[in-house]
Amino acid sequence: MLDLQLFLDVQAVSYLSAGICIGFGAIGAAVGEGYAAGLANRALSAAPDQAGGILKTMLVGQAIAESAGIFSLVVAMLLIFIKFPASGAVGAAAILGAGLSMGLSAVGSGIGSGYPAGKACQAIGARPDMSGPVTTNMLIGSAICQTPTIFGLLVAFMLMFLDFGGKPEPVSWAALLGAGLAMGLSAIGSGLGAGLPAGAACQGIAARPEHSSLVTTNMLIGSAICQTPTIFGLVVAFMLMFVNLGSHSDPVTMAALLGAGLAMGFAAIGSGVGAGMPAEACCEGIAEQPQVSTQLTTNMLIGSAVCQTPAIFGMVIAFLLMFIDFSSRPTHPTVAALLGAGLSVGLACIGPGIGNGLTAKDANLGIARQPQSYSRVTMTMLVGMSVAQSTAIYGFLISLILIFRIFEPNTSLAASGALLGAGVAMGFGGFGPGVGEGITGGYAVKWVARSVDQSVLLTRTMLVGQAVAESTGIYSLIVALLLTLTV
Amino acid sequence: MAFEGADIVKAAALLGAGIAMGLGAIGPGVGEGYAAGRACEAIGRNPREAGLLTRTMLVGQAVSESTGIYSLVVALLLIFVV
Repeated sequence: MLDLQLFLDVQAVSYLSAGICIGFGAIGAAVGEGYAAGLANRALSAAPDQAGGILKTMLVGQAIAESAGIFSLVVAMLLIFIKFPASGAVGAAAILGAGLSMGLSAVGSGIGSGYPAGKACQAIGARPDMSGPVTTNMLIGSAICQTPTIFGLLVAFMLMFLDFGGKPEPVSWAALLGAGLAMGLSAIGSGLGAGLPAGAACQGIAARPEHSSLVTTNMLIGSAICQTPTIFGLVVAFMLMFVNLGSHSDPVTMAALLGAGLAMGFAAIGSGVGAGMPAEACCEGIAEQPQVSTQLTTNMLIGSAVCQTPAIFGMVIAFLLMFIDFSSRPTHPTVAALLGAGLSVGLACIGPGIGNGLTAKDANLGIARQPQSYSRVTMTMLVGMSVAQSTAIYGFLISLILIFRIFEPNTSLAASGALLGAGVAMGFGGFGPGVGEGITGGYAVKWVARSVDQSVLLTRTMLVGQAVAESTGIYSLIVALLLTLTV
Repeated sequence: MAFEGADIVKAAALLGAGIAMGLGAIGPGVGEGYAAGRACEAIGRNPREAGLLTRTMLVGQAVSESTGIYSLVVALLLIFVV
């Protein structure tokens, strides 16, 4: 067996955590800034005489994207140089959770902030006279993208500097590690998603300055909705940090708490990214067609709200895992069942969240171009989105089975492997059909907008295509059910 | 806790079945969805050829499905045969 002593030594774990923190934290800022620099270069090649303004905007935008990386650097430095007084498993878990929370949460914010920075450079290249309003909008949009990583920083500081010494060992180990995972993972999607409307708004303001207030308002609404999943993650992280664990000290409760963190963290990723896509299309559409802004905003709100469903599934499973008393269940195979429950709903929700966003984005673009087809487009969008949700529902179902079925005591490794395998099968298996069916829905709504009289034919083709794409999700469901039945 | 050799093998097979089916389902799901999306686009452009386009979509999806079925077969073998 692997020697787990390393993971109980606070000093050793703080170095490991510093590496994780800055390693993940460096990804987002670098990608986002590279994107900004790429679009700045493109804008410069088209308008070399605007070099000064474009370069300035690029640097300002990159500086904001960099802040996510700087937060990670600061936390990593603190983790290296502070001698933490905490000791034992709980102290080590808090330190590891701090690195995970900070590092993972910086990924989405870094990429997300880079997107408006790049789009602003492009917009200023085309309309140098609009550089003031565009830069202001970029600053607002990029700042919102930093919200998730600021939540991550907050949770990291709490995990590093609050005294968890009075908490029961070793259950709090899982709770604090779960808190770091829930916060860090859930921030990825929200940071990325909020960047999409901000980028579209920068371009829209430059193209149609007269509609700038409408576009900015819409960007703010859209970016705010994108933050919902990370707020769920923050709530779950707080609950895991401060929940009263009583006197439980069993591995089953530990698995439940870690599973809660995984369920919430992963499930929020797709919803955050997905909710940004209709908001992006809405900002783009309102700049072009402000007279249909009511329809566009309504459709965006419907689309973004449906995108939140997977994150809500993840949160429900996280709550069940936190608040059901599992301590009387047999250790084996319940530990594997509860970890599998977290993975199943968490991973299976990523794809449907993204897929729903893709469909809702094309619906909004379609409405902007053909406003008269509004009601038919929204209807087709909702049909397509609900079919694409199905694998998230399968993931939720497998999680419920793994949580509520009381397994007979079974110490064989095979039983545990089967239940963990069930979670993995349904979790990963939910990704592809969710994204794929979302792409189908996107094309279908786009063409419903263009030729409303063909909407029945298009909806039928969409449903046939989605049903076939669904098949591998159903295979995953079958394999997951078979695996739970072997125990 | 000590484990028997056969138990480890069985556990690895069952976990492997989950990984095989889970990861194997990603590609066909995305690919078939994309094919269906393009079919919707083509039907939107040319509704009179809807029958031909739907048939082509289904043939394309069936081919794309094959790796998903391989994953299913491997997963079932790992569950029931190993």
